[in-house]
Amino acid sequence: MKSPFLRRFRILISALVFICFFLVFVDFRYIIPADYFNYLLYLQFIPSAIKFYDLQTMIAGGFIIILVLTLITGRTYCSFLCPLGIGQDIFSRIGGRIRRKFRRYGFKKPFTVVRYSILAATLIVTFIWGIYLVTLLDPYSIFGRFITLFVKPAVIVLNNLLSGLLGKFDIYALSHTPVKGYPLLVYSIPAAFFLLIGGLSLTRGRLYCNMICPVGTFLGLISRISIFRIKFDESACTRCGRCSVGCKSSCIDFLQYHVDVTRCVDCFNCINICPDKAISYGLVSLKKKEHQTDEDKRKFIAGSLMFLFGLSQTARGQEARTPVPTKASTVKENKTTPVCPPGGGSIAGFNKDCTACSLCITACPNNVLQPAWLQYGVAGMMQPVMDYHRSFCTYNCTVCTEICPTYALRPLELEAKKLTQIGKSNFIKDNCIVKTEKTACGACSEACPTKAVYMIPYEGNLLIPEVNNEICIGCGHCEFACPTTPYKAIFVDGNAVHQVARKPETKEPEVKTPVEFPF
Amino acid sequence: MMNRRDFVRKSAGAGLAAGAAIGAGGYGKLWTSTSSGAKYDLVAVMGGNPDAMFDLGIQELGGLGTFIQKGQKVLVKPNIGWDVIPELGANTNPLLLKRVIEHCFRAGAREVYVFDHTIDNWINCYKNSGLEKIARSAGAKVVPANSENYYQQINIPGGVKLKSAKVHELLLETDVFINVPILKNHNSTRMTCCLKNMMGVVWDRAFWHSNDLNQCIADYALFEKKPVLNIIDCYNVMVKNGPMGVSKEDLVQMKSQIITTDWVAGDAAAAKMLGIEVARIEYIPIAHKMGLGNMNLDSINIKRIKM
Repeated sequence: MKSPFLRRFRILISALVFICFFLVFVDFRYIIPADYFNYLLYLQFIPSAIKFYDLQTMIAGGFIIILVLTLITGRTYCSFLCPLGIGQDIFSRIGGRIRRKFRRYGFKKPFTVVRYSILAATLIVTFIWGIYLVTLLDPYSIFGRFITLFVKPAVIVLNNLLSGLLGKFDIYALSHTPVKGYPLLVYSIPAAFFLLIGGLSLTRGRLYCNMICPVGTFLGLISRISIFRIKFDESACTRCGRCSVGCKSSCIDFLQYHVDVTRCVDCFNCINICPDKAISYGLVSLKKKEHQTDEDKRKFIAGSLMFLFGLSQTARGQEARTPVPTKASTVKENKTTPVCPPGGGSIAGFNKDCTACSLCITACPNNVLQPAWLQYGVAGMMQPVMDYHRSFCTYNCTVCTEICPTYALRPLELEAKKLTQIGKSNFIKDNCIVKTEKTACGACSEACPTKAVYMIPYEGNLLIPEVNNEICIGCGHCEFACPTTPYKAIFVDGNAVHQVARKPETKEPEVKTPVEFPF
Repeated sequence: MMNRRDFVRKSAGAGLAAGAAIGAGGYGKLWTSTSSGAKYDLVAVMGGNPDAMFDLGIQELGGLGTFIQKGQKVLVKPNIGWDVIPELGANTNPLLLKRVIEHCFRAGAREVYVFDHTIDNWINCYKNSGLEKIARSAGAKVVPANSENYYQQINIPGGVKLKSAKVHELLLETDVFINVPILKNHNSTRMTCCLKNMMGVVWDRAFWHSNDLNQCIADYALFEKKPVLNIIDCYNVMVKNGPMGVSKEDLVQMKSQIITTDWVAGDAAAAKMLGIEVARIEYIPIAHKMGLGNMNLDSINIKRIKM
């Protein structure tokens, strides 16, 4: 196939995919239903693979489709479906506008050692230790974090400017949405990746995908036996070299009539660039090639065994630091355990499966989910953690559990979620307004959806809170509502392993339907 | 702005309602705005549906046109504080809100606004309470109140604890303000009704909680922009586990409504509905002493209607 429509088809599909991802991640009015998230994420390689590992059903079989697709077509995933890849293509285009030089790539040797080392390290760390390198390097998660932390707030600021303008004309169709930032430190990781990937894509095309991204390297390996690939018509080629200059993967060695399929992302730009129509995309030709010895690869395999052994030792040295609850203090806010979102099951289990893509963080209608810094330990950085000083978990909501692409948060029916105890509240009487000021308050109990926090008689006419942790689900509304500063008079300490709360009791009321007006 | 679809829907709804009312028993003066004869401080209705009780009750006060002039902008402030379905009675009854809005337009209101500074997530509250949809269908503008941006600083001269507050811009920009609270048990003040419903027009509620809640509730009532009318929804009344409630067992169906120009009197009457001694709801006697209303129901003119 030499049709220029191949490239246009790629641009159309990738634009659609990118727009969908963009909308899902910046949907600050929470309009898009959770089902759509799942359709969109079905084909994302890493999330789907992790979900499959957990569930072992084809509900999570998206990554198998990608494997088959790669076997047939090569690394089309990287050009058509990967939001980070598409984003880089956009950046490359911008780069070309800034300086034409940025869009002149030319053939380069692959970073064989680097890319296979990263792939190997990722696999090894994942199987021996946990998901942490995947979290760091999964392209979809990198994209998600970036949009959530940087793009979404920018979109909200735009919305607010517009809503302010419309408000002057008495139009309230757009509502002003407070921009809620995250703790400063959590911006550092996405910012570093943005600088790295943004810079590389601006000037060097798809170098990140071909040097660092473990998904790209892995799919590249499979592409070696793909059926469809970019081919040269040697009789037509005049060796002008334009294909090579225009290849953002730097993988066309036109002098050898060779395309490095492990790096080619099937963007089809070369087909359109070639003035001689000498490049096409089609079935692999069975022409026998001379055997090439890849010295780099041999060195790599030799070195790997040593590396593998050493790494596993380092990995074992650092245990996943899952905080263990200790006895809570009654004097001052003393949180021993972070609160992991509902559906996580346990902190350890959750930490194992989450790639920190931030989808739940951006989808949480209450902004209670925050990227963790060190709450879960170094290993759980950027994973979502409940922050009850910023917000609380809405009683009637299961969004985060419905959309998690890796099943780190498993779907919970609303009735089950309402009984899932992710933490317990602790009342600090010495901080409470009712005791210190001798005035009524009750903000905590007012907000409590299960009435696990209720009021009992105190001095005079006053009522003071008391906690029944059998029915508390740890939603944090009490902590959020408590007006005391700097320490709250009530706070939620996380459950390392989520528990099932008792259902609140219901009793017939003592007040009866009046027959006459009581006044 | 009202679009055509809203207009058609509203006209049809109003026509139907009026027709039904006339058919039901010749309430000929249902929509008239002339204040005729007897003027009461408080009208209490019992035994009907929320909308029918309002039709009847407001008629005794001469129709809503007594309180609204043609072309005015009206704020109707219900309780939408909780992410709870209508059957659980934590928010103002949707039928009542709808009928109040219809009466506003009937009385010549140019625009009717509805909002509440919710306690649960505002999008969910507006949606799951059913109030956003029904208010829109009645022609009102449902306005967000989730951001400090919508609030403006005001002073409360004479406030003991609460000397200033940030209130929603529409409270200040509208000509007329109608308070439509729902009567409920409350965990710390024991009751929420007219005066306490005002916590939904201010931004910084935490200040009230940490600075003598009862005094702040009474202090706020000093602010010059007072409701011309308080319409208290006592249809399904939450008598325990308030103000959010846990289950239907927290409700008692009282099928009542109290309409009054005096919100202290309204709260006093509401307290009796809950079977609580008025003095125990501290902000009522405080507000009474501050001259913000009359809690002695014996000394005011009450009209009681049973349907």
